Amino acid sequence: MFNIWITLIQIVVVFGVTMLGIMVCIYLERRVSAFLQDRLGPNRTGPKGLLQPIADGIKFFMKEDIIPDFVIRWLYILSPGILMAPALLGIAVIPFGKPFELFGYTIPMQIADLNIGILYILAMTSIGIYGLVLGGWSSNSKYPLLGGLRSSAQMISYELTMGLAIVSVLMATGSMLMSDIVAEQMQNGWFIWRQPLAFVLFWIAIFAETNRLPFDMTEAEQELVGGYHTEYSSMKFAMFFMGEYASMITVSALITTLFLGGWAVPFVSLETLDSFGIWGTLLSVASFVAKTGFFILVYIWVRWTLPRFRYDQLMRLGWKVLLPIALFNIVLTGILMAVWK
Amino acid sequence: MGTIIKKYEPKWSDRFYLVAILQGMMITLKHFFRKKITIEYPDVKRQPKPGYRGLHRLNKHEDGKIKCVACGMCASACPADAITVIPIESPYEESRPSISEKYAQSEERFPGTFEINELRCIFCGMCEEACPEAAIELTEIYDFTYLARKQAIMDKESLLDIFDKTKNGNFYLQEAK
Ligand code: SF4
Ligand code: SF4
Repeated sequence: MFNIWITLIQIVVVFGVTMLGIMVCIYLERRVSAFLQDRLGPNRTGPKGLLQPIADGIKFFMKEDIIPDFVIRWLYILSPGILMAPALLGIAVIPFGKPFELFGYTIPMQIADLNIGILYILAMTSIGIYGLVLGGWSSNSKYPLLGGLRSSAQMISYELTMGLAIVSVLMATGSMLMSDIVAEQMQNGWFIWRQPLAFVLFWIAIFAETNRLPFDMTEAEQELVGGYHTEYSSMKFAMFFMGEYASMITVSALITTLFLGGWAVPFVSLETLDSFGIWGTLLSVASFVAKTGFFILVYIWVRWTLPRFRYDQLMRLGWKVLLPIALFNIVLTGILMAVWK
Repeated sequence: MGTIIKKYEPKWSDRFYLVAILQGMMITLKHFFRKKITIEYPDVKRQPKPGYRGLHRLNKHEDGKIKCVACGMCASACPADAITVIPIESPYEESRPSISEKYAQSEERFPGTFEINELRCIFCGMCEEACPEAAIELTEIYDFTYLARKQAIMDKESLLDIFDKTKNGNFYLQEAK
């Protein structure tokens, strides 16, 4: 019974923090992009403009919610949710802190430590794509359809690289449990050092996976008038918008867990963390949040630096460059493992 | 002899792009820490450069008398037909020194009505050029708006007010003080 309550509390807290994270992301996106362009960005709403995301949200709520006549209604209404929900669900298996003891119970800082942790995340990020594809398809007009189609092709190409990059991590860990992966990294060093190639590949792939520039073919304002969400307005559009940020947070947390040691605090061993008790847990959570935040910042930074890829370049990069390198990396990992064993 | 422009052939190392991407990101990072060029408008107002053509004013003499002699030059020079001058007989007793002898006879005239329609005006500055008495001038004031078309027609009094506001140098510098 106690466990269920703990899990419920965790769900609420993690959901709340992720939602807050989305708001922070929106704020950062606007402010950082402005700063990179020598502007100031929104700084009027609240101190330093911190309430801007709330103002944005209120604005979206107030807008008229237009459902065009020609859409496939139920899919059209469903697809923002299909995009948003998996992005939030993915967070569930990510360990974001050191487990701590409370009343004799060990409370894991993770909602569910599934034994197929990574597969689950891969599945969730892929399902999110249905949101885009269905959104584009059900809109029943040409630009959203193109955006949706592009996203599906892009996903297939980059999911592969992403999966293969993870495979080499799995080979080194020998487990799909997210907690095992973190424990392995704390013992033998972070995977960013042990699998640098996989790290870079994975990093590139998650940009494509979350449809961020330079891979935002699905939106591509200049070509597709906004892509899959052209026909959406008001809160439904906001859902797409928030879904994008939610998946950004999820994959940033994922890459942190897989390659940057998750909640491991640099230069502090597990024993030292243990001796800190609850503070050790907090420290580990802080470390996790900092690393995730770094990746989110890089997301934003890259978006406002790089131009968009052309579609054929995108495909060429995915299939002809990243995929062979990923395969090579797996072979390399296998050989090295065989040699060292 | 034209110059031969060699086609850009990416070097082997260029094909990795990652270096170029990092360079690009360093550039944007530099901008992140740069001084921002945004002027936070209602709080901070941009200082127009000298010669800026904004709202009009009607100049006055030292003793407070209106310089304008209602000759109508500005009105006829105005390409937008924004100025209306209706001359009446001058209420001033003694004659004023005119800066141009040629129009000395116009001293007896006086602008009874002087209206500028700021919505018609294109701020070309022709009126300023045409005026023989240097009586009309464009000031540096740029943020003026109206809630009704009627308000956009500046009459003589308000134009003279603008003179009082701007005669001691830059309007925005004074406002900031
Ligand atoms: S600035 Fe030009 S348009 Fe405006 S009143 Fe003077 S002459 Fe006419
Ligand atoms: S402002 Fe100058 S040009 Fe216009 S009527 Fe008066 S004196 Fe003549």
